Amino acid sequence: MFRRTFSRFCAGEEKRVGTRTVFVGNHPISETEAYIAQRFCDNRIVSSKYTLWNFLPKNLFEQFRRIANFYFLIIFLVQVTVDTPTSPVTSGLPLFFVITVTAIKQGYEDWLRHRADNEVNKSTVYIIENAKRVRKESEKIKVGDVVEVQADETFPCDLILLSSCTTDGTCYVTTASLDGESNCKTHYAVRDTITLCTAESIDTLRAAIECEQPQPDLYKFVGRINIYSNSLEAVARSLGPENLLLKGATLKNTKKIYGVAVYTGMETKMALNYQGKSQKRSAVEKSINAFLIVYLFILLTKAAVCTTLKYVWQSTPHNDEPWYNQKTQKERETLKVLKMFTDFLSFMVLFNFIIPVSMYVTVEMQKFLGSFFISWDKDFYDEEIHEGALVNTSDLNEELGQVDYVFTDKTGTLTENTMEFIECCIDGHKYKSVTQEVDGLSQTDGPLTYFDKADKNREELFLRALCLCHTVEIKTNDAVDGVTESAELTYISSSPDEIALVKGAKRYGFTFLGNRNGLMRVENQRKEIEEYELLHTLNFDSVRRRMSVIVKTQRGDILLFCKGADSAIFPRVQNHEIELTKAHVERNAMDGYRTLCVAFKEIAPDDYERINRQLLEAKMALQDREEKMEKVFDDIETNMNLIGATAVEDKLQDQAAETIEALHAAGLKVWVLTGDKMETAKSTCYACRLFQTSTELLELTTKTIEESERKEDRLHELLIEYRKKLLHEFPKSTRSLKKAWTEHQEYGLIIDGSTLSLILNSSQDSGSNNYKSIFLQICMKCTAVLCCRMAPLQKAQNLCFILPQFLYQFFCGFSQQPLYDAAYLTMYNICFTSLPILAYSLLEQHINIDTLTSDPRLYMKITGNAMLQLGPFLYWTFLAAFEGMVFFFGTYFLFQTASLEENGKVYGNWTFGTIVFTVLVFTVTLKLALDTRFWTWINHFVIWGSLAFYVFFSFFWGGIIWPFLKQQRMYFVFAQMLSSVSTWLAIILLIFISLFPEILLIVLKNVKRRTARRNLSCRRASDSLSARPSVRPLLLRTFSDESNIL
Amino acid sequence: MTWSATARGAHQPDNTAFTQQRLPAWQPLLSASITLPLFFCAGLAFIGLGLGLYYSSNGIVELEHDYTGDAGSSNCSVCAAEGQGRAPPPPCSCAWYFSLHELFPGPVYLYYELSSFYQNNRRYGVSRDDAQLSGLPSALRQPANECAPYQRSATGLPIAPCGAIANSLFNDTFSLWHQHQPAGPYVEVPLDRAAIAWWTDYHVKFRNPPLVNGSLALAFRGTAPPPNWPRPVYELSADPNNTGFVNQDFVVWMRTAALPTFRKLYARIRQGDYSAGLPRGAYRVNISYNYPVRAFGGHKLLIFSNISWMGGKNPFLGIAYLVVGALCILVGFAMLVVYIRYQDQTDDDDDDE
Repeated sequence: MFRRTFSRFCAGEEKRVGTRTVFVGNHPISETEAYIAQRFCDNRIVSSKYTLWNFLPKNLFEQFRRIANFYFLIIFLVQVTVDTPTSPVTSGLPLFFVITVTAIKQGYEDWLRHRADNEVNKSTVYIIENAKRVRKESEKIKVGDVVEVQADETFPCDLILLSSCTTDGTCYVTTASLDGESNCKTHYAVRDTITLCTAESIDTLRAAIECEQPQPDLYKFVGRINIYSNSLEAVARSLGPENLLLKGATLKNTKKIYGVAVYTGMETKMALNYQGKSQKRSAVEKSINAFLIVYLFILLTKAAVCTTLKYVWQSTPHNDEPWYNQKTQKERETLKVLKMFTDFLSFMVLFNFIIPVSMYVTVEMQKFLGSFFISWDKDFYDEEIHEGALVNTSDLNEELGQVDYVFTDKTGTLTENTMEFIECCIDGHKYKSVTQEVDGLSQTDGPLTYFDKADKNREELFLRALCLCHTVEIKTNDAVDGVTESAELTYISSSPDEIALVKGAKRYGFTFLGNRNGLMRVENQRKEIEEYELLHTLNFDSVRRRMSVIVKTQRGDILLFCKGADSAIFPRVQNHEIELTKAHVERNAMDGYRTLCVAFKEIAPDDYERINRQLLEAKMALQDREEKMEKVFDDIETNMNLIGATAVEDKLQDQAAETIEALHAAGLKVWVLTGDKMETAKSTCYACRLFQTSTELLELTTKTIEESERKEDRLHELLIEYRKKLLHEFPKSTRSLKKAWTEHQEYGLIIDGSTLSLILNSSQDSGSNNYKSIFLQICMKCTAVLCCRMAPLQKAQNLCFILPQFLYQFFCGFSQQPLYDAAYLTMYNICFTSLPILAYSLLEQHINIDTLTSDPRLYMKITGNAMLQLGPFLYWTFLAAFEGMVFFFGTYFLFQTASLEENGKVYGNWTFGTIVFTVLVFTVTLKLALDTRFWTWINHFVIWGSLAFYVFFSFFWGGIIWPFLKQQRMYFVFAQMLSSVSTWLAIILLIFISLFPEILLIVLKNVKRRTARRNLSCRRASDSLSARPSVRPLLLRTFSDESNIL
Repeated sequence: MTWSATARGAHQPDNTAFTQQRLPAWQPLLSASITLPLFFCAGLAFIGLGLGLYYSSNGIVELEHDYTGDAGSSNCSVCAAEGQGRAPPPPCSCAWYFSLHELFPGPVYLYYELSSFYQNNRRYGVSRDDAQLSGLPSALRQPANECAPYQRSATGLPIAPCGAIANSLFNDTFSLWHQHQPAGPYVEVPLDRAAIAWWTDYHVKFRNPPLVNGSLALAFRGTAPPPNWPRPVYELSADPNNTGFVNQDFVVWMRTAALPTFRKLYARIRQGDYSAGLPRGAYRVNISYNYPVRAFGGHKLLIFSNISWMGGKNPFLGIAYLVVGALCILVGFAMLVVYIRYQDQTDDDDDDE
């Protein structure tokens, strides 16, 4: 009691320190104890960012945090307050458009999240209230409620398993949606509540659960349940992760379970793991921002230059205020400094379109729509699991083309994680099955080869160990789904290795028949049934890398069986036994098999009493339970006798090798993280061609470093040596080579856990990367190229849009006279140029699918944001500057005449601007057309449509006297302009001149490419004939099957 | 991680050309065999056009005369000197004598040119009220604020037409006299002052306010003329169809020029004996010199020009076409060389392998 209050007192200090008390079924335990209702959050899940009420302000706030939007807001405000050359509409309308489009997109995405939330929150659950089964919405679950969950349902919140429909109080759970592991895991109820498997009986339970405050670690849980039976003395049982059913996991192979909610809503482990929709910024966006700053700088320079020149020019009085253009009294009286500042702002406003307002929205739309193409892609669709590619966030699409490192788990990613028992050795004698099994389930008594036999007793002991030392369960045949095998037993386990081992034992005549009344039943070679009482299971964990069981035989002997990795077992057995087995283990490991060693130990009854006590004590501990358990385990698993070893094969995934090879060819660095033995991992790496025969391996392992006192010195030496080697080879790459497995060119680095911790002082992590997503990444490259290309192109467009405006200032006395009409300024980014670039970025396939998929090396060209580097950026900028000059001076020289019309009439300044603008729009669009190498009807429609729209709009805009306009500047300007032959000729000429460098470049490239391709195809032909004929076609097939994002 | 399992892509994607990104597409490849002929063709076409443009530009005759009156260059210097520093300058007239030794082929257009006159200055350019000019009575009484300081007269009357552009209307006038025989009498050459402005401007954009009692003058009652104007707007011309806002000269002036040196159409010569052009002989242009330009360092020019299909004299287009055409052909040859060399190379490579 004191401790509870104490810990509650402490809980105030930090949220996740201390414990919470949950009363099962919300029944108070006794009247004497004050029932303090702790307040917990409800079971509502909120993943959405906005509500109906805060959407507008919150979304606007987020959007204006973006540099460009904020910048345009400032410009807009300047236009509203200061007398500027263009009306606020010119920047206000595009900004409004951009903001609206983005808001719609984000609103839609949030609506989807709301819908998903609702689906979860409103789903039906059954709660036991007053011994009745009550139907409720999921969000109404409170902490302490007893929840009934049926097979194949997901758990609505974090539950402590109380009882299940099975007699032993277990249930099976798959956590595929949490950690991606799809195998079934067994969860247990505490012994005292197993029988309470009806609504009535569960309601009679009076218990309180004390457990830690919510924390995000999925695999950690510490708690204690106090059960108050009729006697007032509570029975305390420990609770661990094996008792906790996580929200999001699915109940499998169990009819129904009862559990009590301990964590609900946003406090569930799943929700705590959910990081929220944090704004992720891609490298592309970062470089866009960088270039924006460059342009902002150009803009400020231009404005400053113009302001300065304006005042220089105005220093002559007749320029400042000629008789025909007098100032008002107010203007004369304004402070000069203020005037200069206003002028500066005006120039900024005039040139502000150099920063394309719609660029972000184009990029965003491209990503948003592009993500549809990913999820639509049939080639990403998996027939087996009926799932296509799922795009969780469209923010990072283009990053898929920028992947440098691929981290992969070995088991289950490179390999299938379906294990097959290959051979075993008992006291150094090899037993190998030579059956050609297709599935290990049906054929049992295949012929076995005994190379030479071990002692019969030892053999049986070994096989008994295999039958007993595991956590495998038998699936009863009335299971909900799965294959029903009449006389067969189906094994279920969280680890496929164990199933393989149990099946292996079966092949040698020892069959595990399952648990009955806490007894494990084994049928031996003489078809007799042996029963063992399971006293304790010392669970497997990745630190100990072994597991044990303590069983009691029928004769009353207490035995401990232990199996685990050789490194975990060898130090704990008699030394003289190791030699024989070790040789086998190492050979098996070299062959790429997963090896396990099996050991046993007899425990004297006295010892057992002690062990039992220690174990129970440790299990009950609320604080530091894991450390305590570990210590007890460590004490128990000593001085064992080695019996033998097993070898299990984990088959490579279909086409894993081809994938790895392609990833290499694409210049990605693949790091494999594994918990296996080094030799096993190494051979897998060879098998999946992560290492080629020519690869020079650099090993950083305990073996190379040796167990000596000079360990660190030796490590240091090795590091220096390898580094020298690599630097010699690649003088420029100074990247750190220190981490895990890497394969760079012909070097492979192997580093094991202990060495790694020596270097980093941290233990080895297991990264999990979906096999499919690797495919996705390589396949995505083209989309990425496109978005990379887009940004500079569009910015350049705006540079050549604004440069004539700048040049015009030199001819209008730096008076901020706009060259283009306000409507053109407004529409340029929204209507005239945005759609073609969007269509281009979505639909372009500048390298066709087959080339792309057959040659992964192409990927190398685009990593590191190749298209957004300084070089291309400068090229685009200079080209745009050239075009801007052509537009302006071409028109300028055209105007050096009395008249352009055959009737001698004269054009004004708006015609001048319209000519420049027409050339501009056509040039920009046609340039895109030149770059488009994949013309679908959409491209045709959008490109020609944009031009047609421009012409139509110009006629329309100039064809009417608009009552809301102060000045009818454009009235019939466009039509009048088109009535002049000279203007037509000039427009055509200027467009041609502007496009000329581009055309030249494309033609030159084509000549080169044609040659290069011819060479390539020759080389490839000879390649595929001579070297590895079996590999190439396979590789081709792999990719043409798998990658079709374009 | 997703909240619900159902949110995952649960159903198989549609197998349409669009969703699978397999839309039929035209994939043009600008190969050398296509582009080389294109370059040559374009080059030839451009050169052809350029030659045409160049010769038609060269065929255009222009005769210009600077009558600013700077330093005794013409008798207009008297007027220039008289008007120096006086606003408004006193009425003054001068003349420009010239003779043609051959026919100046028609139709001949008479332009005036101003230089260093910034009609494209922003403050100047916005200083107008298009609503007023379209004849809106309310705007006539309430000129737009942009017109300031030419919005209201000193007595507070609204100025019509308001603004700096209207106020600075070009007010030199010209008349052309022809002397058929030496020492013979000068005969006035009829100048056609109609249809020198854009049709749409003259007929749609500019409208007079509704007449009051059939009188334009009454319609403008209560307004003041621009300060620099010697007479109100309804007296711009004696022709009732060419006065008020709908006056050719005024409409032409109101279309602000793009550059600080600009020409505006003054008249066309196409009537009577002069429809074929100006015959040889001596000519005199009587200039009423009113418009001060020396204050801002500008110049005034008179230009006689004829017009071809491409407009006035402008060698730029022709030369530009010729240069680009030549460039095309040059590049075409260069590409041809590159192409042939590459082809040889690849053939060699093929042989090697």
